[in-house]
Amino acid sequence: MADDPGGAPSGLQPPASNLKATPLFLSVLLIAACGLIYELVAGTLSSYLLGDSVLQFSTVIGVYLSAMGLGSWLSKYVHRNLARRFVEIELAVALVGGTSAPILFLAFARTHTFRPLLYGEVIAVGTLVGLEIPILMRILKDQVRFKDLVAHVLTLDYIGALFASLLFPLLLMPKLGLVRTSLLFGLLNGIVGLWGTWLLRTQIGETFWLRLKGVMVCALLLFGVFEAKRFTLAVEEEVFADEIVYAKESPYQRIVLTRGRGSFQLFLNGNLQFSSADEYRYHEALVHPALAARPRARRVLVCGGGDGLAVREVLKHPEVREVVLVDLDPEMTSMARHQPLLRQLNGGALDDPRVKVVNADAFVWLTEEQSEPFDVALVDFPDPNSFALGKLYTTRFYKLLKGRLKADGIIAVQSTSPLMARQSYWCVATTLEASGFKVRPYHLAVPSFGVWGYMLASPGDFEVPAHTLPGLRHLTDEAMMAMFAFPADMSRVPAEVNRLDNQVLVQAYTREWKRWS
Amino acid sequence: MNGDGRMKRRTFLALSAAASVACRRRPGFEASLIAPDMATGHRLRQGGLPEPDRWEDVPILIVGGGIAGLSAAWQLDRLGLREHLILELEPAAGGTARGSRNGISPHPLGAHYLPAPPREHADLVELLGETGAIESFGPDGEPRYAEHMLVREPEERIFAGGQWWEGLYFHAGANGEDLRQLKRFQAEVDRLAAWRDGKGRPAFGLPRSRGSDAPEVRALDGVTLADWCNGHGLTSPRLRWMLDYACRDDYGLRLDETSAWAGLFYFAARQQGPHDRSRPILTWPNGNGFLVEHLARQAGHRLRTGHAVASLRTTSTGVEARVLEVATGRMLGFRARRAIFAGPLHLAGAVVEGLKADRGSSLEAFHRSPWLVVNLTLRKRPREVGFPMAWDNVIRDSPSLGYVVATHQRGLDAGPTVWTWYHPFTGEEKAERARLLAMDAPACAEMALADLERAHPEIRELVARVDVARWGHAMVRPRPGFCWSEALVRARQPFGPIHFAHTELSGLALFEEAFDHGLRAAREVNALYRSGSRST
Repeated sequence: MADDPGGAPSGLQPPASNLKATPLFLSVLLIAACGLIYELVAGTLSSYLLGDSVLQFSTVIGVYLSAMGLGSWLSKYVHRNLARRFVEIELAVALVGGTSAPILFLAFARTHTFRPLLYGEVIAVGTLVGLEIPILMRILKDQVRFKDLVAHVLTLDYIGALFASLLFPLLLMPKLGLVRTSLLFGLLNGIVGLWGTWLLRTQIGETFWLRLKGVMVCALLLFGVFEAKRFTLAVEEEVFADEIVYAKESPYQRIVLTRGRGSFQLFLNGNLQFSSADEYRYHEALVHPALAARPRARRVLVCGGGDGLAVREVLKHPEVREVVLVDLDPEMTSMARHQPLLRQLNGGALDDPRVKVVNADAFVWLTEEQSEPFDVALVDFPDPNSFALGKLYTTRFYKLLKGRLKADGIIAVQSTSPLMARQSYWCVATTLEASGFKVRPYHLAVPSFGVWGYMLASPGDFEVPAHTLPGLRHLTDEAMMAMFAFPADMSRVPAEVNRLDNQVLVQAYTREWKRWS
Repeated sequence: MNGDGRMKRRTFLALSAAASVACRRRPGFEASLIAPDMATGHRLRQGGLPEPDRWEDVPILIVGGGIAGLSAAWQLDRLGLREHLILELEPAAGGTARGSRNGISPHPLGAHYLPAPPREHADLVELLGETGAIESFGPDGEPRYAEHMLVREPEERIFAGGQWWEGLYFHAGANGEDLRQLKRFQAEVDRLAAWRDGKGRPAFGLPRSRGSDAPEVRALDGVTLADWCNGHGLTSPRLRWMLDYACRDDYGLRLDETSAWAGLFYFAARQQGPHDRSRPILTWPNGNGFLVEHLARQAGHRLRTGHAVASLRTTSTGVEARVLEVATGRMLGFRARRAIFAGPLHLAGAVVEGLKADRGSSLEAFHRSPWLVVNLTLRKRPREVGFPMAWDNVIRDSPSLGYVVATHQRGLDAGPTVWTWYHPFTGEEKAERARLLAMDAPACAEMALADLERAHPEIRELVARVDVARWGHAMVRPRPGFCWSEALVRARQPFGPIHFAHTELSGLALFEEAFDHGLRAAREVNALYRSGSRST
């Protein structure tokens, strides 16, 4: 770098005879937009995957801007054939910036080197983008008066950034998602590079190989745009159909709240937990049959259900004096209290004086807690798609739960879909029976989920309740009766007992749901 | 916060300014040696200890509070001989079956599981019944074990080709021949498990005293497991890796050093019949420390820890023991009618006066593998690729045995945990022992971390503390010819009023064997003590 200390003259450039300034100014606009998009992609991706968005955005923006400074400084060492260098830089930005989102997703899913790659990518793109503008200005310096040049280039640079910063959250993220946005803007950058081979053809010299390179870069990115969906599925990185309004990676799970089409949805590890459009069906069915079967319930336990929606239903029963909610994840219960959409939906249920929130693994809590027994327990865990969740559907868990119930206590258990995962559903029934419960299975349709199933169970004999609370949105006495009738395609099938030392439910569940994905 | 501070130092330097924003400094961790008490052993070997200033009389003295000694005491109680004392050198009973605990979790320091015994093993079933490990008995009389004490699924996984896979046998990428050989091996084990001799005994029993001594069974002890495999055309690298792992795991030996009898014992003795490949396994967060604690509770004040027996001498009326009380440095004397020596036999040679002269060569036939057990307390779990964390986690391309997760059995699937990492030293015994004992706690921690880095590159960033157990004589080595040797038979014989109980006397280091020898020695003492009582 030090072999040319004096700052060389750019005297080797041929006269800029038929160079068109206006199209080159337009390319500044596009370049600026692309540059900002890469920065936003990196910031969003890191907040999304690592949580703590303030830290992620600050560091990404800081590193990106300083890398641009580095690029600008390095530009003084670029002497020969500025036009060719400009095109090459464009293609490099296209490639590095365009593939950044898919590569970072892959790195996160498959390697341990996400952060080095993230900042490496931010530095690379920042440096290249930092090189672009000074070089372009030097190409144009003989064409345009210096004061106009600076004014136009910087104006368009900032306007481009404005376009990008508005497009990204309003249109690109919701409609295209991170991976396709990144690839699409890489493609745009590549096209600017290719376009440059025509705009600057008098200065570039040999163009065939350069254009071939450009075409290859664009073809690769185009291919990526079309394959993006398959790719994101392949790295198990679901593309949310709607706008993400909240995303948090807790030590236990990835919590994502999305909003769109007049409702909002909660996802845990990419699995839909509820949609505000029809969650009332699900939660009324989980809560009210059990409380109808034990009309004078005082103490109610809710396992899982950190969203507070089941608690909201429980609190509709004035005779309930105390609700203990045991949910693993403090992020989840904190979100239920403070996230405005969710708080509105659950009516601030978790701040009701009757409610006590415990952040603990229900499995461990049940072995350690020795409080007064409960009248009713509502078990609202995510489906058993992992061993960690599967343990919450074992005889061990149900026996521990039975130990915390009054002799005539009653429980309701969400038990996945009897239609989509029939074997799994009846495995839950068999396991409850093996744990000493009398079981009454029931189900209803929740449009977001499909046909959904529950178990009503008690250590003692009990009848299906006839009367539910009046004034509910879905549940009536007739609707409740109907839930306990099973049509032929969901009727009981023989199933093994799910135990800690066999975890047959996880295997059955994974096998059955694979057919529908 | 999630994900902070995960970078390696090199990368950190390479990315200097940019990365420093996101990266925390690598936190240090404390590493300490927690077992065994080497200083006291050293002090005893130096000699020059004074005579005891007071003597205590006790009918039966048990030297060593490991599984064999504790089991002997348990059996003496069952026989109504409640007047006995157990002297244990270490501050806690249990020997290599000890557990420990810290703020995060109880964890093992050595042996950590027990195959759930069938009803035939009535003594052990009775012991387990006392601990609450048996919920009920089936109509066939088979015990039904408590669900939370049986290993929770997933039981084991293997790290190979950059990710984790289910099970111990590396199935992914196995070709047809590999799988055929695996099947053939399993068929051979099934055949051995179903085999009965003329007296109806199985080829391999647990404990081994229940098994057959027929010539065709004993003949297996004449060759190595590697030779046996060669003879059966079992050449698949995947299968041989698994068998080698089993040898290292149970005996601290390699495939080509282990007696075929001992190697096949590992597989066939746990099966009741050909269709019983998955004998359930009992385990606890503190490993076999759970059983130690139960036995120690039964012994109560009769168990005296921190009591190092310097010498055991036969007298006209029984035995005299000279004992160093570790905490005070005082010498205590004990006179007993009978003694059970329940320590390893190299210590018997040093402690029991006249034993070396009488049966030195048989004592020298015993060889033992040193083991290093490192407990790593993690602030949080590493990110991983592939099959989720299991109870037992094995790294294929590693000389270690991998690690067990102490919090697995409690159902803690996220957050801080303790991993117990095992490494057997399989090389030449004396050199390996010297190598192990030369390592201080940080060196032991480094060995574990360097090994775990193969599968968990970020492991160093997650470690909060490290507790090390260096077992110089952890496991007796069943080399060919040893398990059915005269030396082994000879070593089981009482030496005057002194009886012997230790898993080494089976040539195999297993809970069931230690338990069996404890019970046998107690019965020997019972028979002689009662007949002696009548004559005096």
